[in-house]
Amino acid sequence: MDIPSINTRYLFFTGKGGVGKTSLSCATAIALSDAGRRVLIVSTDPASNLDEVLGANLSGIPTSIPEVPDLFALNIDPEASAHAYRERMVAPYRGILPPAAIASMEEQFSGACTVEIAAFDEFSALLGDPEKTQDFDHVIFDTAPTGHTLRLLSLPSAWNGFIESSTGGASCLGPLAGLEKQRSLYAATVAQLADAQQTTVVLVSRPETSALREADRTSGELAELGISNQVLAINGLFQAELGHDAIADAMTRRANAALKSMPDRLANLPRQVTPLMPLGMVGIAALRSLINPNAYADPANPTIAHPPELPSFNSLLNDLEKGGHGVIMTMGKGGVGKTTVAAAIAVALAQRGHPVLLSTTDPAAHVAVTIENPVPNLSVSRIDPVAEVERYRQEIVEKAGKNLDASGLAMLEEDLRSPCTEEIAVFRAFAKTVEAGKNAFVVLDTAPTGHTILLLDAAEAYHREVMRVQGDMPEAVRQLLPRLRDPAYTRVIITTLAEATPVHEAERLQQDLARAGIKPFAWVINQSLLASGTHNPLLSERGRYEIPFIRKVAEELSPRCALIPWLAEPPIGAKGLAGIEQRKPID
Amino acid sequence: MKKFEVYEPAMCCSTGVCGVDVDPVLVQFVADLQWLSEQGVEVARHNLSQDPQAFASNPDVVNEMEAGMDRLPIMVVDGKVASTGIYLNRDQLASKLGLADKTEKPHIKISESGCCKPSSGCC
Repeated sequence: MDIPSINTRYLFFTGKGGVGKTSLSCATAIALSDAGRRVLIVSTDPASNLDEVLGANLSGIPTSIPEVPDLFALNIDPEASAHAYRERMVAPYRGILPPAAIASMEEQFSGACTVEIAAFDEFSALLGDPEKTQDFDHVIFDTAPTGHTLRLLSLPSAWNGFIESSTGGASCLGPLAGLEKQRSLYAATVAQLADAQQTTVVLVSRPETSALREADRTSGELAELGISNQVLAINGLFQAELGHDAIADAMTRRANAALKSMPDRLANLPRQVTPLMPLGMVGIAALRSLINPNAYADPANPTIAHPPELPSFNSLLNDLEKGGHGVIMTMGKGGVGKTTVAAAIAVALAQRGHPVLLSTTDPAAHVAVTIENPVPNLSVSRIDPVAEVERYRQEIVEKAGKNLDASGLAMLEEDLRSPCTEEIAVFRAFAKTVEAGKNAFVVLDTAPTGHTILLLDAAEAYHREVMRVQGDMPEAVRQLLPRLRDPAYTRVIITTLAEATPVHEAERLQQDLARAGIKPFAWVINQSLLASGTHNPLLSERGRYEIPFIRKVAEELSPRCALIPWLAEPPIGAKGLAGIEQRKPID
Repeated sequence: MKKFEVYEPAMCCSTGVCGVDVDPVLVQFVADLQWLSEQGVEVARHNLSQDPQAFASNPDVVNEMEAGMDRLPIMVVDGKVASTGIYLNRDQLASKLGLADKTEKPHIKISESGCCKPSSGCC
């Protein structure tokens, strides 16, 4: 890897889960340290494995990394921060207000916004207050995946705007009220992020079309927030001499095609490229090899390993088909191919003669791209957050606004500009789609983990509220959580890759679901090189590296588990998707 | 000058738009409070999650909450608890405060639909 000429103090790595943000940010940090700089690397990902990667026990204060002089690391867990924040707000009133009042305050601070506010609070403490990091020449943030990162980054300007324009007193930024004093800190944070002399954002992507499209979206959104000092890092580029191995050829061609057709905005960014490495990037030695890839030669005598015996995707489909109707949700972090898996299930069930609705809340929404030709029995819809928010705004202004005078209407409009509105609007659309599973198969490709959990969290809170009030709640909303919890109605399919970060993230997702009372029906391990049948030395080596992760999923984590091989023919369109179903895992 | 205080359940927005469904009672209440202050009444609105200090420093309010959280919202006129457990409409507010409502404002029918109530978790 060529370390891009880093001339900013702050460096951010952003991208979908599993693209290698942690590896690249650590490798960059090591390279800078080796060049004599004092570097602090910070993880704000709740699923962080920075400890494991750097081989050190980290905490919320900078910890020295023994093998690398002048490198320090710290972990910020936004969930722990949220808990601390909640305590700070509530604790002074214990014993003064009745327990029921305390419980209701705690509930309020357990919501979706609080975790984000707390995370941002920690984040801005490092970025907005230079004194805290004055001992370091560079501060590198290995940030959470795209959706979360975007929120984190978009918070300051949204909230500065809100605080400035808020004239109506108490309003919808409830949890923020306690933080308003920190306004100058937030303002400093916004300024730092948008200052090209101070901050570089590294957009990390695999050389794949969908990942590049996602990176392009992130790039555009950051640019809109005034964050324009961006670098593109292509991680895991595989280039084989053609004509020796079908999988290696397809992978090489596909990567080249994806890079060639990348959007102009990305193509015009400064770029660094890192080759596909045969092993997981754990430990300082492995990370140094990213900087100097020649240190690793292709293994001379690769052994072709075979995947553990697992049910085929086809047998998973048979099990799903037995339900007759209901909701099938593929869940997983961005980049694991849950859209592809959802589309493959939807297409297969439709082709078996069942009416199927495929619906997505994934902002990337490449469902439309995945299925370009109509399939009988299959309809495709999208829950578009922007459109849902607009619909919700209109509905409310129409319903409530006509009885208000000008100042009342202004207040209403102000609250509708709140960050909650999108969550709520999407939630309503989600409830309606789940309702459709009464009579048909509904296949949902949900948004990335954090967002998904927010939806479920919201669902849970609404559920309790609905039980209490029984007002004119839409039936679809009233039924939502019981339906999500009913294993005969809803089948959750966790989608992952046989790699460290995706499996770890999927495991966390399963735990989060368990807290909401939802048990996954199955796991799908997608894009397995091990099962692909490749004989290319590097890819075989990489495939062997999958074995412990496949074992862990099959033996420890999943009730049932199917393995989908990395396919030479990209699973796009009805024909390509059908290929997943027909493909035998391995001979 | 008359003083009117409202002590409300923990919720994230004063209009209640961030619930599953907008609560017309809250939306109307916002407009009614605005109207009250136009009539020269000093209006203060306290939300449990944002302003717990106001609750803690008013013994009458703490007593009501000890009797049950469903006593919220509590409306206080000139330091005395005037109502508990409901949002008063404009006529009732006018009567509690000794004001004559001469304006003919349309009112929204009161219903108990759930919105940005405590535990809605919307923020």
